[in-house]
Amino acid sequence: MSEQVKQLINQEYAAGFYSDIVSETLPPGLNETVIRFISAKKNEPEWLLEWRLKSYTAWLEMIEPEWAHVKYDDIDFQAVSFYSAPKSMDEKPKSLAEVDPELLRTYEKLGIPLHEQAALAGVAMDVVFDSVSVLTTFREKLFEVGVIFCSISEAVHKYPELVKKYLGSVVPQKDNYYAALNSAVFSDGSFVYIPKGVRCPMELSTYFRINEQNTGQFERTLIIADEGSHVSYLEGCTAPMRDENQLHAAVVELVACDNAVIKYSTVQNWYPGNAEGKGGIYNFVTKRGVCHTNAKISWTQVETGSAITWKYPSCILRGDNSVGEFYSVALTNNYQQADTGTKMIHIGKNTRSTIISKGISAGKSSNAYRGLVRMNPGADGARNYTQCDSLLIGDKCGAHTFPYIESKNPSAIIEHEATTSKVSDDQLFLCKQRGLDAEKAVSMIVNGFCRDVFKELPMEFAVEAGKLLQVSLEGSVG
Amino acid sequence: MLRITNLFAKVEEKEILKGLNLTINAGEVHAIMGPNGAGKSTLGNVLSGRDGYEVTDGKIDFNDKDLFALSTEERAREGLFLAFQYPVEIPGVSNMEFLKASVDAKRKHHGQSELSAVEFMKLARETSKRVSLDQAFLKRGVNEGFSGGEKKRNEILQMMLLEPSLCILDETDSGLDIDALQIVANGVNEMRSPERSFIIVTHYQRLLDYIVPDFVHVLANGRIVKTGGKQLALELEEKGYAWLEEEAV
Ligand SMILES: Nc1ncnc2c1ncn2[C@@H]1O[C@H](COP(=O)(O)OP(=O)(O)OP(=O)(O)O)[C@@H](O)[C@H]1O
Ligand SMILES: [Mg+2]
Repeated sequence: MSEQVKQLINQEYAAGFYSDIVSETLPPGLNETVIRFISAKKNEPEWLLEWRLKSYTAWLEMIEPEWAHVKYDDIDFQAVSFYSAPKSMDEKPKSLAEVDPELLRTYEKLGIPLHEQAALAGVAMDVVFDSVSVLTTFREKLFEVGVIFCSISEAVHKYPELVKKYLGSVVPQKDNYYAALNSAVFSDGSFVYIPKGVRCPMELSTYFRINEQNTGQFERTLIIADEGSHVSYLEGCTAPMRDENQLHAAVVELVACDNAVIKYSTVQNWYPGNAEGKGGIYNFVTKRGVCHTNAKISWTQVETGSAITWKYPSCILRGDNSVGEFYSVALTNNYQQADTGTKMIHIGKNTRSTIISKGISAGKSSNAYRGLVRMNPGADGARNYTQCDSLLIGDKCGAHTFPYIESKNPSAIIEHEATTSKVSDDQLFLCKQRGLDAEKAVSMIVNGFCRDVFKELPMEFAVEAGKLLQVSLEGSVG
Repeated sequence: MLRITNLFAKVEEKEILKGLNLTINAGEVHAIMGPNGAGKSTLGNVLSGRDGYEVTDGKIDFNDKDLFALSTEERAREGLFLAFQYPVEIPGVSNMEFLKASVDAKRKHHGQSELSAVEFMKLARETSKRVSLDQAFLKRGVNEGFSGGEKKRNEILQMMLLEPSLCILDETDSGLDIDALQIVANGVNEMRSPERSFIIVTHYQRLLDYIVPDFVHVLANGRIVKTGGKQLALELEEKGYAWLEEEAV
């Protein structure tokens, strides 16, 4: 293979490099000792260790879910390392000057400068590398208005009442197999608290990076928006290219108190595996938010990475008049498999939810939307609108839609629309006849298809998301 | 400009073009008429390099280049333009974005820089006035929900922006009301120049009252069976094609 060709192939996944960083990595395997080690490493209080062990006991008795439309060999949990942290993080750096320069270089290469001067205007960032949070920018500035933005490990020490009150309150320990696993072994993630009536002055963002081999990442994020507050949060993720599959099992919990608004956006670009389907991240994620009276939670996700995506960001609309939204673009190429969607649980009166899902399948991939809309008996006047569109590129891929509707209240209104279309030869010919090459044509058509979702993303990220789609589609047209 | 010699082409294993010859010099307007299914659209598709159209014999020179050596998009960037008989929709992609991408692709090919968004916006607005399309159409998805006549005017808008050297208009007049027909014809007439040639496929002599052709050809059974001046169109209107097809067999 010529050097040029190699370069071209590597270009496809630009974040696929490995950083040579001395790490402390636990030997593979999972048992009580491992959990005690993680807890001790973080100097955790006794209650949290108990909480973890309880989760572990529960997990041992649970079985892996098999209902998702994905196929993969059994995961050998004894072959995964459950903790890995750069050596230099033994003493958490107090400022940027103390951070290992090699780590800083890693983020620079990923296009994420950590110097506050160079950072994206108006975005504060928490960066998580394997199992630990490296640093959080703009903390002081945020603290001035009372916003807490730090790693969850730190929050356990500094804000134990908040963590104790809300951890597991939205996603209980035994919620599902992967949530139980996460509850037992979670390492790091972000913690956000927005006080009453405060509109967070910056975008908050977490960037997750898996670096070490055979290591799983089990992050845990907890966002609490107190009464009448407002926050917009974005997460991004990448990993090196490896032949082995790597596990990522995260839990995200959102609490929107009365009249609060949380906007949570994800651009997921974990390594998807190569064109033959070798390697890639197994992404099993539980994300859920609870909305109290008049509150609103809006999930926007752009999922282009991972070998397997298993993810259903959901809203529990507990309070009257609360609003849940889910905007999703999921793109699969080559041998990727995605089973993703949402759950909207309407409990309060006049609750409203909107679901807009755009699935794009190319290559030999499989892309499924799975969504549940439930109207509880008390959900008088509740409404849901769901629109589920699939776009196929080529004829070797699959698109599936599994909508579940449970209505126990006759006054609730549920609307569902679904379409499946193909990037047609006529469209491609029109584009080429106007001078566009096939790749540009496909990415333009796909971007057009995703427009309703992209317009929900914060500006800077909408542009990024468009570019990401273009890269992910490489090689999808012959 | 264009020299087609003994062209044979197949679609889905069916032979459609059977030894077609046609020469077009710079600055000329050629009308092509002929019965349904004769191969007129096929000729446009073969010229622009559409997938699925297999050329089995013959050659085509386009501006002294072997046309078959160029990809579909290269032909377009080299100045070959096809206005579609049935323009397709591309939902969600704004007309403006699409037009800019195609103009930029052509400019890049010719070593020119891309236009800035502001420059292009100005150009697109002025041009859309020339085809009486409201500016709102620039923001809408490509042909998305356009009426038949609006789609055709949008094709002419694209032609004006791309300034091709060879314009092929495939039944651009079909489905147009009288005003729109006038608009399209004016657009073409404005663009006529010694460096630019047109192939105008039509079923109606009426269009040729507005766009006066230098030659009229009859395409029947995969070949040009008769060539004449503009009075041939009148003759066809009167007599139909049967007499020519008989001659051709
Ligand atoms: N993709 C295709 N598959 C099968 N047959 C085709 C295809 N494209 C064209 N044909 C056939 O080729 C013949 C010529 O078609 P073409 O569209 O070129 O005719 P035309 O002269 O443009 O007719 P009209 O005046 O009706 O537009 C027709 O019989 C048509 O059915
Ligand atoms: Mg035709």
